[in-house]
Amino acid sequence: MATEAHGAEQGGGLSFHPMDQFIVKPLFGDGPIAWYTPTNVTLWMALTILAVIALLVLSTSRRAIVPSRGQSIAEMAYGFVYKMVEDVTGKDGIKYFPYIMTLFMFIVCANFLGLLPASFTTTSHIAVTAVMGFGVFFAVTILGFIKNGTKFLGLFWVSSAPLALRPVLAIIELISYFVRPVSHSIRLAGNMMAGHAVLKVFAGFAQVTAIAPIAVLGVTAIYGLEVLVAFIQAYVFTILTCVYLRDALHPAH
Amino acid sequence: MATETQEAVGEGLADATGVAAHQAGEAAGMPQLDLSTFPNQIFWLVVSLIVIYLVLSRVALPRIGAILAERAGTITNDIAAAEDLKARAADAEAAYDKALADARSEAQRIAGEARADIQADLDAAIAQADADIAERTAESEKAIAEIRAGALEAVNTVARDTASELVAALGGTPDADAIGAAVDTRIKG
Repeated sequence: MATEAHGAEQGGGLSFHPMDQFIVKPLFGDGPIAWYTPTNVTLWMALTILAVIALLVLSTSRRAIVPSRGQSIAEMAYGFVYKMVEDVTGKDGIKYFPYIMTLFMFIVCANFLGLLPASFTTTSHIAVTAVMGFGVFFAVTILGFIKNGTKFLGLFWVSSAPLALRPVLAIIELISYFVRPVSHSIRLAGNMMAGHAVLKVFAGFAQVTAIAPIAVLGVTAIYGLEVLVAFIQAYVFTILTCVYLRDALHPAH
Repeated sequence: MATETQEAVGEGLADATGVAAHQAGEAAGMPQLDLSTFPNQIFWLVVSLIVIYLVLSRVALPRIGAILAERAGTITNDIAAAEDLKARAADAEAAYDKALADARSEAQRIAGEARADIQADLDAAIAQADADIAERTAESEKAIAEIRAGALEAVNTVARDTASELVAALGGTPDADAIGAAVDTRIKG
């Protein structure tokens, strides 16, 4: 079936493979993918780590009072996430700042590396974002029960609503609470995947001479949008993490 | 490219190897939903996150935090030092003003003293001069009185002599007493 579909496309003179960029391939050879196999996922995650190290460690190695360009970026990233945690979660959320910074730096670097031509976007995979999303979900839920005990369930019992409405609201709150990790992870993966697929589709249209200029313009425009999306999605993921963390620390509405 | 060759293999051989068929099927659908790659991705993701967390919590975040704190400290210290210097400058200005005012009043005092001294000297000199003048005036008046007395005597003598001569020349005998009485009478007016 799959091969037929490919054949039909190639018969039309156009070959679109917008999803090929997301295929997980082994780096060496052509074997089955076991959990330990070094794949393009491994490669691009390693590059992400290197990018994070270059941004936050190498650029600050001089510890200058008057910062260089690179050090300014590191300080801005630090200040940006620190302020976010402080503003959204509160003072007692500061001790979770390293975890949130880890998530933010990983996502933002992976997103921007994914924008390089011919690269592989690790954050476009639901497996990756779901691990982070559910990781945040479980961490926050367990933390909520540890910090507040059964009072954490007060999150679902809206005490400011009329008594008759409260059970209904409790069900809605409960459902929305459990949907959180799903929306949290699908939002990031979906945005990244959709943007990259659209880029590839426009690039595919560039094969036809007549519409090539429009297609190239489209690629340029979408790329610009994707640069924005790459940052905004990292920001959204991080700030939602902060919001969930605040709910865990202060469950009262 | 790779998928195309695999596709060709797939088309050519109905019984393609499992791997090739697997890859071709993957290319058509969403690679994101290929569950066989999940363990691999999850494993490497967890490794990456742990590495990033260790790098951030051990090296990057303490270092950046220290840099920011140090900068804040430097700025605070600089501002404090500037305030200190400003206060010192104000103190110095006040001291200068005070010294200036002191010097001015001292100068005024010295000038006043000098003026008083000079006035005293002047008064003494004037008094001395007045005394000298009065003394000289008295001397002069005395001399004038002597001279005036001398002149009256001389007039009297000359008048007597002249009168005696005249009396003798007219053939009389000059009587000294009579002539003296007549001269005295005439001189008195």
